[in-house]
Amino acid sequence: MKKSAKDVMLARIRAATANAPEPPPVPYDFRERDERDRAAILEDFIERLVDYKAIVTRTEDASLPQAVMDACQQQGIIQLVVPADLPSRWIPSGIKVLRDDPPLTIAQLDESSGVLTGCAIAIAQTGTIILDGGATQGRRALSLIPDRHLCVVRAEQVVGLVPEAIARLVERATHPITLISGPSATSDIELSRVEGVHGPRTLYVFVVSDR
Amino acid sequence: MASKALPMFPQAAKTALSNSQLRRNLGKATTTIRAKRAAVVSELPDWEALRSAGSSIKARTMRHLDEYLLQLETAVQHAGGQVHWARDAAEANRIITELVQATGADQVVKVKSLTTDEIHLNKALAAAGIRAIETDLAELIIQLAGETSSHILVPAIHKNRSEIRDLFRHTIARGQDLTDDPQQLAAAARRYLREQFLSAQVAVSGANFAIAETGTICVAESEGNGRMCLTLPRTLITVMGIEKVLPTFQDLAIFLQLLPRSSTGERMNPYTSLWTGVTQGDGPQTFHLVLLDNGRTNVLADDVGRQTLHCIRCSACLNICPVYSRTGGHAYGSVYPGPIGAILTPQLVGVKQAKSLPYASTLCGACYEVCPVKINIPEVLLHLRGKVTRLASPLDPEALAMRELARIFASPKRYEQAQQLARSGQRLFIHGGVIDHLPGMLAGWSTARDLAPIPRQSFRDWWRERQRGDQI
Repeated sequence: MKKSAKDVMLARIRAATANAPEPPPVPYDFRERDERDRAAILEDFIERLVDYKAIVTRTEDASLPQAVMDACQQQGIIQLVVPADLPSRWIPSGIKVLRDDPPLTIAQLDESSGVLTGCAIAIAQTGTIILDGGATQGRRALSLIPDRHLCVVRAEQVVGLVPEAIARLVERATHPITLISGPSATSDIELSRVEGVHGPRTLYVFVVSDR
Repeated sequence: MASKALPMFPQAAKTALSNSQLRRNLGKATTTIRAKRAAVVSELPDWEALRSAGSSIKARTMRHLDEYLLQLETAVQHAGGQVHWARDAAEANRIITELVQATGADQVVKVKSLTTDEIHLNKALAAAGIRAIETDLAELIIQLAGETSSHILVPAIHKNRSEIRDLFRHTIARGQDLTDDPQQLAAAARRYLREQFLSAQVAVSGANFAIAETGTICVAESEGNGRMCLTLPRTLITVMGIEKVLPTFQDLAIFLQLLPRSSTGERMNPYTSLWTGVTQGDGPQTFHLVLLDNGRTNVLADDVGRQTLHCIRCSACLNICPVYSRTGGHAYGSVYPGPIGAILTPQLVGVKQAKSLPYASTLCGACYEVCPVKINIPEVLLHLRGKVTRLASPLDPEALAMRELARIFASPKRYEQAQQLARSGQRLFIHGGVIDHLPGMLAGWSTARDLAPIPRQSFRDWWRERQRGDQI
């Protein structure tokens, strides 16, 4: 019987590595935690978001809807897409809301000018927001097609370093995960940076802490 | 495996070096990215520890590659994906073409992928009547221009903004009033590609990493074209070289730090997508993973060359290389240029087909220092040079000359006789105290270097005279 491509490739690999020595154990000497206090970590997070051209507003639970309203007015958003399970208390009363329930069509998403989501985790070290499809985040198309992404990050969701975020994500590893660091960008033409290509051209972040 | 010999590097480099626009653009690009990389790398006190961990994980993965690939296959299947194995480019292209045909689609949107360039997928799809649309801005530019990439990370760096404007006016932005402002050019690409994204049925991508333990695939990008392709079409086909697998999800903690800082010089690239098989109600509902060999197992079989497979395609070695930063990518005649290309290409296609590439280096070692997974590129270059030399016929003039030299160096008497001969023969070639060109077959050596003439008296002659008491 003719051997399958899989059998051939595995046989090649086994022949190639048969006499190779066993490499030494992996040295895990890199930093796994940022030991500084919360305030310093949060400050880094905001600084790095701004560095990557995201707009950042610090707010508290009670004033979140007003902050969202201000952002919508500033950005000219008249209709806001939200995931099916986004808490109503986040949403200002003066705005038209398009809830992803039943699921919106691609055309509906394309016509709307903004989306409001939460996130799973955020990383201070890199100014990264992570969505894993869990509560308040919805499916991936929601935070991709509308031109402005408004994202709520709770202070306690912000970790210091990349390894802390990956450790927290392990349990959710098989869900669709998106790491977002600033708005979409390209440097393909003569290396001059253009913010906003296919993903949302504006990233607006609300950092919410209980004070 | 490609069987055609690649063009010789010195000739190709000469053409590139005489292109002043290319040199200017490349000089700017490589120095800019190099400085950005240096700045963000210096932010991390544990950079060297990350490099060591990354290198070590890759080495262990390669040692047990068969097990990790089987684990990956099981995990992807468990998550609702299908896995295909492809021994070479032709087999991969056939599998992908058939998968696209089965959907009934006659076009696909593509995420930038070196692996699909390596196997010339677009050509194979075109032959089957399927149009492949590149969606990365630079890839789109060179696809529209019918050109090839000059840099792994910024493939269209050889083109100026006005050329791109003219290109767009003739292709995707006919009748549009377009200036050469990069903002406007990017907006034109956005308008054109958005229609393609929103209507695409099938997407083809590469992979930066694949996690054996969970079956998770990772794609890092900047523009959002990747997210569009990975999210909106019904069918997603991902092609990855077998060396892209990583054992555990936690390994991403290391590689998601190493890659963006080494590649674009950012703390993190704008978008990184991770997905596992299919997820109901979110993204493609059919997922195919094609595992590609295409010469990689040959690389794996070489004790010294094996480390080449650790490469995560960041392009830091290109930007730092004194040769690449002057010649650009086209001179290397392969989709993998620069120092990494000089060791990867000859191993993938056979040393015989790319025998000038291991010499496209000054062996300065800068590539090794910046490599995020510590590939000792100079070591592999020397190893491959040895292979090239051993390939030469015993009647090859250089081999003959080297054998004769070995005979001369083996005997003090013959050595001194040869010195004597050279001393009288060299007079014709000395100009201004140096030998600046040698005759005949030796000319190639002296076009780039001056040679010090053999002095009138050697140390041994002087010593002998001294012993005789002629001199003090």
